[in-house]
Amino acid sequence: MTPGTTMAACAALLKRDFALTWRRRGDAMNPLLFAVMVVALFPFALGPDAQMLERISAGTVFVAVLLAELLSLDGLFRSDLEDGSLEQLVLSPHPLSLLLACKVIAHWVTTALPLIVAAPLLAMLLHLPDGVLPVLLVALALATPLLSLIGAICVALTVALRRSGMLLTLLVLPLIVPVLIFGAGACNAAQVGLPYSAPLLWLAAWLALAIVLAPLAAAAALKISLT
Amino acid sequence: MATIDFAEVPPLLAARGLAYARNEEAIFGPLDFSLAAGEVVLIEGDNGSGKTTLLKVLSGLIEPTAGEVLLHGVPLTLAKLSHQVALLGHLPGMKLELTVFQNLSFAIGLGGIRAGITPHSALASVGLAGYEDQPLRLLSAGQKKRAALARLLLVPAALWLLDEPYANLDREGIELVNRLLALHASRGGAALITSHGAYAYTSGTPRRIALAGSSPSKRQENFVGQSVANRDAGLTQRVAPPRLTDERLPPNAGSLGA
Repeated sequence: MTPGTTMAACAALLKRDFALTWRRRGDAMNPLLFAVMVVALFPFALGPDAQMLERISAGTVFVAVLLAELLSLDGLFRSDLEDGSLEQLVLSPHPLSLLLACKVIAHWVTTALPLIVAAPLLAMLLHLPDGVLPVLLVALALATPLLSLIGAICVALTVALRRSGMLLTLLVLPLIVPVLIFGAGACNAAQVGLPYSAPLLWLAAWLALAIVLAPLAAAAALKISLT
Repeated sequence: MATIDFAEVPPLLAARGLAYARNEEAIFGPLDFSLAAGEVVLIEGDNGSGKTTLLKVLSGLIEPTAGEVLLHGVPLTLAKLSHQVALLGHLPGMKLELTVFQNLSFAIGLGGIRAGITPHSALASVGLAGYEDQPLRLLSAGQKKRAALARLLLVPAALWLLDEPYANLDREGIELVNRLLALHASRGGAALITSHGAYAYTSGTPRRIALAGSSPSKRQENFVGQSVANRDAGLTQRVAPPRLTDERLPPNAGSLGA
């Protein structure tokens, strides 16, 4: 009898979640399409004035990406709960927090990474100055995993409730407001030529903290909601 | 455990005063029983008598309200579960979108693999040879159950907790479950299976644990086996303590009943 190693379990979980996303690739495109649509609609609503669009561009892209990711968060553990896979994860011999961290990684790679890749296009739609684009990308690269990790705790708390979508949004929104303020703030500072490294470093510090603590909190929350 | 006296080897699974209540309403218990290696025990009871909840408590998914579960003599907690328990519930625990083989590979990655078995041979022994690359979605309910049984065969768990393993299975499938249980028992494993009584575990004579239904008037008919029915008269507990129906029990199964 060979009990598998934790590394093998994490690899198997990542592989399974990527295979699942590939099978549901139509659904997986939804957040991306949502972000593109939101950003594309802004010029229609506000008019094609390049200067005004330039002023709101970084913030708009940031909000669109975070909301798109928030949309997909509700499904993070839902299908696993519905088909009993979540019980198997909890009963497995490996630390639940590590397994959940793998699920968050898979979610980030399949949801947030395409959004970050699409962000230059979204920024171009709104006339974001070229010099600010790198700052926007770095800010998004720090803010989206932070949202995934914070979101995972809230999803773990609410997953057993039948209509958890609304509650989840209410729980997550206040938690991501600081992320948004610092992320969009860095872009705005870069746009007017002010130093922008401090807010980015704050985001990085929070991300480091969340990487360590959020999986543990999510595992504890999940065990509570399963009983 | 420094000096191992054979008679004092702790049973694979033991429950001491195990009870579970949800919102002050007793679901089952208090129950006392033990399960030795090589034993298959049938938990019988009507719908709503707490069979599934009992299995969840025994697997460690739910904490009991009172009492404790001992696995190899050590109190069971989720952290200490390791790879000793395999639970097959009402839900398959598998992904409908993925193929049978992908699902089994994931189960192996998560739980490890028993020596001398491959996903292909496990599928062949549950009668699903050739279905490796079929998405689980396309399989019938009974075939999904067989796929879930293949998962049990693969992972190296000594204790199987099977919730209604006979549901959705045809006559041949029921025989298959019995064969797998006998095989598992012969390898030194143990299994707890639930059934509402429509199908019986036929090979050998398994011990039975009866769970009473929620209404007291039903209590009498919930006791299993005519051989014990006449002994239940003096019972005042709402829930029946587990009983044996068979005298030919292994000696270390005698710890049943507090």
